[in-house]
Amino acid sequence: MSKKPVRTASSKKDRDAVTMKRVVGLADTVARTTLSGREPVIHVPTRALSNTVWDKKHGILRMGEARQERELFNLNQAKVFMQTLLHSESIKSLIEADKTLSLRAMFYKGLHTIAGTKEKTFADQDESDAILEDLEVTLGSLREELHIFAKKAGTMVGNITIIDTGDEIDCRRMGSGGYAIPSIVEPDIIQFKKCDARFVLHVEKNTVWSRFNEDKFWQKHNCILTEGGGQPPRGVRRLLARLNRELGLPIYCLLDCDPWGHYIFSVIKQGSMSLAFESERLAIPEAKFIGLRAMDYDRCQLTDDVQIALNDNDTKRAKQIADYPWFKGHRGWQKEIDRLLSNGFKMEVESLITKDISYVTETYVPERLKAKDWLD
Amino acid sequence: MTEVLDAESSPRMSKTRSAPRATAETMAAKQRDISVSEFFVKNRHLLGFDNPRKALLTTVKEAVDNSLDACEEAEILPDVTVVIEDLQPDRPASAKSSRYRITVVDNGPGIVRKQVEHIFGRLLYGSKFHRLKMSRGQQGIGISAAGMYGLITTGKPMVIHTKPKPGQPAHHIELAMNTKTNRAEVTVDKETRFFPPERFRDLTPGTRELAASNQFLSPTAYTTGTSVSIELEGRYQKGRGSVDEFLELTAIANPHARITFVPPSKESAAEEEDVPLLKRGAKAVEPAAAETTSPPPPPEPAITTETSGVTVYPRGVNELPPETKEIQPHPRGVELGMLLQMLKEAETEKPGYTLYNFLQDKFSRISASTASTFCDKIKVSSRAKVADIDHAKAELLYKEMQEAKLPPPPTDCLAPIGVRQLLAGLLKGVRAEFYAASSREPDVYRGRPFLIEAAIAFGGQLATEDTCRVIRFANRVPLLFQQSACSSFKAVAETNWRNYDLQQPRGAVPVGPLVIMIHMASVWVPFTSESKEAIADYDEIRKEMKLALMECGRKLGTYLRKRLKMRRESERRDVFERYIGEIAKSINAITGTDARKVYNALLEQARAKTAVADLVLDDEGKRIKEEDPADQDGVIIVESGAGLRSVDKSGAAGPPVAALSKAEAAQLTVASLAKGGDDDQPRLIDTETPRRLSQKGKAAPAKSAKETRSAPDKPAKLPDKAAKPSEKPAARTVAAPPPPASKAAEPKPKPKMRLINGKLVPVDDGPKLF
Repeated sequence: MSKKPVRTASSKKDRDAVTMKRVVGLADTVARTTLSGREPVIHVPTRALSNTVWDKKHGILRMGEARQERELFNLNQAKVFMQTLLHSESIKSLIEADKTLSLRAMFYKGLHTIAGTKEKTFADQDESDAILEDLEVTLGSLREELHIFAKKAGTMVGNITIIDTGDEIDCRRMGSGGYAIPSIVEPDIIQFKKCDARFVLHVEKNTVWSRFNEDKFWQKHNCILTEGGGQPPRGVRRLLARLNRELGLPIYCLLDCDPWGHYIFSVIKQGSMSLAFESERLAIPEAKFIGLRAMDYDRCQLTDDVQIALNDNDTKRAKQIADYPWFKGHRGWQKEIDRLLSNGFKMEVESLITKDISYVTETYVPERLKAKDWLD
Repeated sequence: MTEVLDAESSPRMSKTRSAPRATAETMAAKQRDISVSEFFVKNRHLLGFDNPRKALLTTVKEAVDNSLDACEEAEILPDVTVVIEDLQPDRPASAKSSRYRITVVDNGPGIVRKQVEHIFGRLLYGSKFHRLKMSRGQQGIGISAAGMYGLITTGKPMVIHTKPKPGQPAHHIELAMNTKTNRAEVTVDKETRFFPPERFRDLTPGTRELAASNQFLSPTAYTTGTSVSIELEGRYQKGRGSVDEFLELTAIANPHARITFVPPSKESAAEEEDVPLLKRGAKAVEPAAAETTSPPPPPEPAITTETSGVTVYPRGVNELPPETKEIQPHPRGVELGMLLQMLKEAETEKPGYTLYNFLQDKFSRISASTASTFCDKIKVSSRAKVADIDHAKAELLYKEMQEAKLPPPPTDCLAPIGVRQLLAGLLKGVRAEFYAASSREPDVYRGRPFLIEAAIAFGGQLATEDTCRVIRFANRVPLLFQQSACSSFKAVAETNWRNYDLQQPRGAVPVGPLVIMIHMASVWVPFTSESKEAIADYDEIRKEMKLALMECGRKLGTYLRKRLKMRRESERRDVFERYIGEIAKSINAITGTDARKVYNALLEQARAKTAVADLVLDDEGKRIKEEDPADQDGVIIVESGAGLRSVDKSGAAGPPVAALSKAEAAQLTVASLAKGGDDDQPRLIDTETPRRLSQKGKAAPAKSAKETRSAPDKPAKLPDKAAKPSEKPAARTVAAPPPPASKAAEPKPKPKMRLINGKLVPVDDGPKLF
């Protein structure tokens, strides 16, 4: 089983065949090991900070070589070993039936009481989700290749027309709600038909996104407006990455001025630790952080009312983020985080409302873009 | 010297006597001999007749002790029947005491007619006091005191039937003791054809039932024997210190004896409810009792049974205890006064007795050369006459005796119960899961040899919360009272049981499902009083007791650690086995590989894995040679099923757990022990002629346990209740591993059990997968 996804197969059918081969291979290895009298082991690449490598050249996080042995005959691993095989079986049947299931549905698919006991195969969905993430890295197949999707979380509107599973969708005519970005946005699901936009503005939350949409910001500035509900799910990140790579659109992010906002930017830009193996596909090294900046308190002359004091956890988190290898050598980010810490408070994007209802859409963002004032 | 002594002491004595008091004559008129009997009438508590309940027990105890002693001396396997009749069955329910007739019948050698009055009618008359020989009775007080107590409280004489010669009529004698003269008065003296007295057979439904199958006082079974009946005022109540407890404990310490007990129809009004500990165990096996009542002659079960109120403690082993030798006193155990007395007696016995010969004849461990050394040391010629030894010389001799380096007294005078017999006894009476016993080498206190044995029973149906039960024996006689004054009890408290994974409050006996048994065998057991209730606290004795207890404790510790390991192992194994069914199924669904094959392969690995993991387990993390507690000598383990399952080394498929009833499990373990060496196996009574055991408590012709162990296919008898008598002699050969043996012993299918979260849950046929 190769560690990294090999994306040579182009058609969906080919990719399914490859995934199927990997699933069968996994079970077959276990069976053959067992029948030859050895203890079965599944090698699962480690999903942890310790096993991520900072690829400075490409500006993304990559997964390291470390692998964990998942043993059946280990008290702590026996159950997850069983669960891994249960989900493998589910995935096989999904591919055969050519259907996809949500993470929650996968939990139910594998759920039953173990024969002769009162124990259930999965205690809750978290257990199931973790196994699926393990399977992705173990098989080297993406979640969508395993025929699994997550719930929709993310909205898009703007000067673009796409085709989603055959339906043409004009993102200029999405009303107040916007187009819900699906979990799977691979080219065989979504194709870009026509795009006039010059850039993408990604905001952190739906509330901010609504403000921009109502002010028709995307019409005035000819852009695409997206939102990821906090940390953007994979569908949103993948779509942003495709817009960036395939259509060459720059991605600007408007996030809160707090460690969480910084972290979201870090994930969008470099990739996340738990999904480091997908960074190549998901990370957008060119993404830019336009705000909110720590200096905006002075620059925009905000009042004391918008200050939210940093708690111990925030301080700790901020220092951690400052220590990330991709931020460590970055003077701008070091200054930004230092400023945040010396301010002693955080600010939300909504704090700009105190200036004016549309200050953020009419003044703040346009000014930053014009001044090319951002962090990358 | 003797003259000098008299000359010195006499004037002084006369001086005191003739102290100028006017009342001297009047006093002298009142001064007279006190008969021993009279003394004990007034001080009956000294003999164990303090209260009606204890009086009843003491009477039973003395009679049973005498019966067992007599049988053993005559090399007869004892069969003792105790009948207590309530003579006032209509008394008010609140009556605290009643009149009882206690009858003890034995199959012993009987008593020669002219001795009857002496034996039963005089205090301090007996064969046991003057000798140094291990026996139950010591002083010769017991049975006559009981008769006397009966006479005082009811006015009824003692009734004795005795048949000393086979084929001749038995004597029927009734005796009343004259306390003033310490002599018995015979009121009835006739001959009877009926022995044992036949009326007992028709006494209760239980006796009728047993008599119908020739198991109760059958005339043909008693070629000789004695029956003693004493009427007395007493109180029958179960519980601690009861006749029931005494007989149960006696049965434990005397596995070679068969004891039948017919209790009175009802108990005296209870003062407190107190269920005897061992009784609970007996209750649990009651279903077996139903089978014993089946048509005659049923095979005798190895466990205690109850038939309509009649309790039968069956014989556990067929060997009599080794015959004990009478020994001469050891020089170190002699006191000066005794030495003087012996010298005096020797002179009268054999005029012209030389000291040289006297020393060799009358003491143990004095050889010819030691005798002459003694003569030299006290500066007399080796031809010096005993008569010439004056007080000063005797005192010198005494000193030399204490200082001389002499070998310890001979120990062939001691008859240990023996490890095998201890285990058989405990197994019979206590329902536990682990039994261990140890028998120490003889040691000496005050020049008297003694030997300590200990046994413990742990777990099973014993109460977990209570402090442990200590059962004490001296020369096979249970000691029921004054526990805390007893040396053995102190030894238990002083032993550090925490070393063996037991709970023990500071300075107290351990807490837990534990029965501790201590037996002291000696030619003279140092009791704290004449009622023989507690062993005096000699350092030498206590030390030996502790060593014996530690030996048992170590075995228990090993077992407990092993059990913990097994429990852990079974939990681990359970976790693995729980999931492998699912895994096999998934693999089958994905790859089409045969699920059964994968399952079996995984199961085998799970077993191997858990077995190996436990091999490495050790206190210091070192890999040690697996020590199976069942391999130790003197250990019986009854697998309880719950939480414990046998390590199935064959690795056969399917959950190996089988639910066994206690009795089945006990039989199983016994059977499995038998494959190694039937030395450790309690056997059923059969028609075999009694054998004497060799001195060490092992069957004389048998090889040592270790040797027999190497002969794996030795036939062994299974205590198989279901077996028909005709099948009984056909010994069953037990194949190597216990599980097949269980199938052989119990052909009907048993529900399979799985251990889930520490509970046994029945499963139909393993995980329903295929």
